[in-house]
Amino acid sequence: MNNKLKPRRPLREKHYWEEWTGRIYTSICVVFLIVVMFSIVYFVASKGLSTFFQDGVSLREFISGKTWNPTGEPAAYGALPFITGSFITTLLAALIASPLSLCAALFMTEIVPGKGKKILQPAIELLSGIPSVVYGFIGLSVIVPLLRSMFGGAGVGIAAGCLVLSVMILPTVTSIMADALSALPKGLRESSYALGATRWQTIYRVIIPTVLPALLTGIVLGMARAFGEALAVQMVIGNAPHVPTSLLESASTLTSVITLSMGNTTMGSVHNNALWSMALVLLVMTFVFVILVRLLERRNRV
Amino acid sequence: MKAKTVDKVATSIIVVLALFIVVLLLGLLGFILVRGIGQINWHFLTSAPQLLKGGGGIGPQLFNSIFLLVLTLIITIPLGWGGGIYMAEYAKPGRITSFIRLVVEVLSSFPSIVIGLFGLLLIVNTFGLGFSLLSGAMALAIFNLPLMVRTTEQAFRAVPKEQKEAGLALGLSKWKIITSILLPVALPSLITGTILASGRIFGEAAALMFTAGMSSPPLDFTDWNPTSPRSPINPLRPAETLAVHIWKVNSEGIGPDSKEIAAGASAVLVLLVLAFNLSARWIGRVVYRRMTASK
Repeated sequence: MNNKLKPRRPLREKHYWEEWTGRIYTSICVVFLIVVMFSIVYFVASKGLSTFFQDGVSLREFISGKTWNPTGEPAAYGALPFITGSFITTLLAALIASPLSLCAALFMTEIVPGKGKKILQPAIELLSGIPSVVYGFIGLSVIVPLLRSMFGGAGVGIAAGCLVLSVMILPTVTSIMADALSALPKGLRESSYALGATRWQTIYRVIIPTVLPALLTGIVLGMARAFGEALAVQMVIGNAPHVPTSLLESASTLTSVITLSMGNTTMGSVHNNALWSMALVLLVMTFVFVILVRLLERRNRV
Repeated sequence: MKAKTVDKVATSIIVVLALFIVVLLLGLLGFILVRGIGQINWHFLTSAPQLLKGGGGIGPQLFNSIFLLVLTLIITIPLGWGGGIYMAEYAKPGRITSFIRLVVEVLSSFPSIVIGLFGLLLIVNTFGLGFSLLSGAMALAIFNLPLMVRTTEQAFRAVPKEQKEAGLALGLSKWKIITSILLPVALPSLITGTILASGRIFGEAAALMFTAGMSSPPLDFTDWNPTSPRSPINPLRPAETLAVHIWKVNSEGIGPDSKEIAAGASAVLVLLVLAFNLSARWIGRVVYRRMTASK
């Protein structure tokens, strides 16, 4: 009798321990993620802000100054050329990629659902798997010579940068748009067809307005990727520190100037801190993109 | 009648643009492979790069990429799978959980160059690890973790509820249910997700420039002592990976054949990423067959 009851106690203790190891172990993993995110924000912000608080560069000069001459006398830390470069390439890339992505997504879900998905899905996945340096290499050996022979000049510049970026964000935008379109209830399409609408009328008047927030989410996420992309852009944009006046002119983005200069400056110098301020701008833009996506998702739910 | 014409025109525009994407992909892949595959031979894959003369290879870079991938997976798998299990099994809907979700979302949207800079500041300088494989692996782990957490959570959520209920009915503890019932069922999708993430790690360069460094010491492949500076398996030596090498050769290559080397290295990189994607599917299927009774 006694022998039969005995094993219960150790078993319960074992349960207890197992329960807690699991809970503690997985919680530590999650806490680690939170700590990492906050320390990234803290370290980048403390470095980036010291340009303004320690080195006395005014925020106005940094954001709206047109001359970037950190080694000159007097040194100038105007980051406007890089900020405009980043925004122009990102917007143009989104402008090129969005209609293409929308067509691809419509092709997969509305026009030839079965077959289209079979052809395009693997193509999109492969495109997203190609590393960014390879895109840069292709840009450098195809797009730049092509632009040079078509329009003259050096070939490197904003146009080359945004063409490379638009191909890079194509898979991101397309897959999000396709997911949104295929999640649409079937009844919506069928009732539109039952009213005698053509396929284009259904797409244009019913489907697109319904999933518009989700389509915009895809575009915003694509822009977030384009804004943060560093190496592919750096290889084709030419890296001249001027506010660009034409698409074929050589320019710089925030990421390209950080990539090129960070290794050549000493930690703690004003030049170095100004580069960290640019990283801070990238960080702030990341938050802006995340907030935009959240707002769009909220609209999507209603 | 007019509506029908519009419909036809719109449809053909959509079809043309969609096919354009397929053509674009075939063109890109074709270009990389045609330009690069002629360069690939045993000598190219194993020998060290030449700075000024032609005829260099990518041996150390290739080795560094693979070694770095292994180190990164050693760090990310326990942390990423653990975080994903928390989100799928322990997290209760509420403020804290939605906050964690926001953290994961923000972390995965940070540009990789920002993560590289953070690595430079904290891991390389403050922790004093210097430009090393270990610093690179840690930066890549930060880059990779959010993705891993998300795929793990999805894999665990996809396990049928009955499996968990059966475990609860047997009186098992939650952790026992997770490790011995849910994990085997989720394993195929976990492995697929991990290999797909590896493909991304393999091609990543911006986060590595400031952490793993942009140079490789001459390696002695007969020296397997992990503390010697020339040993390939020393985790504290600087290491240039294949992706970083492609960037460097393209932007500051001065050798006479730097274009050819960039082409060959790009082809190797793309072929490896393709191999990762294909093997992810294949291994996932095999493991699934083994773990479940289905044929």
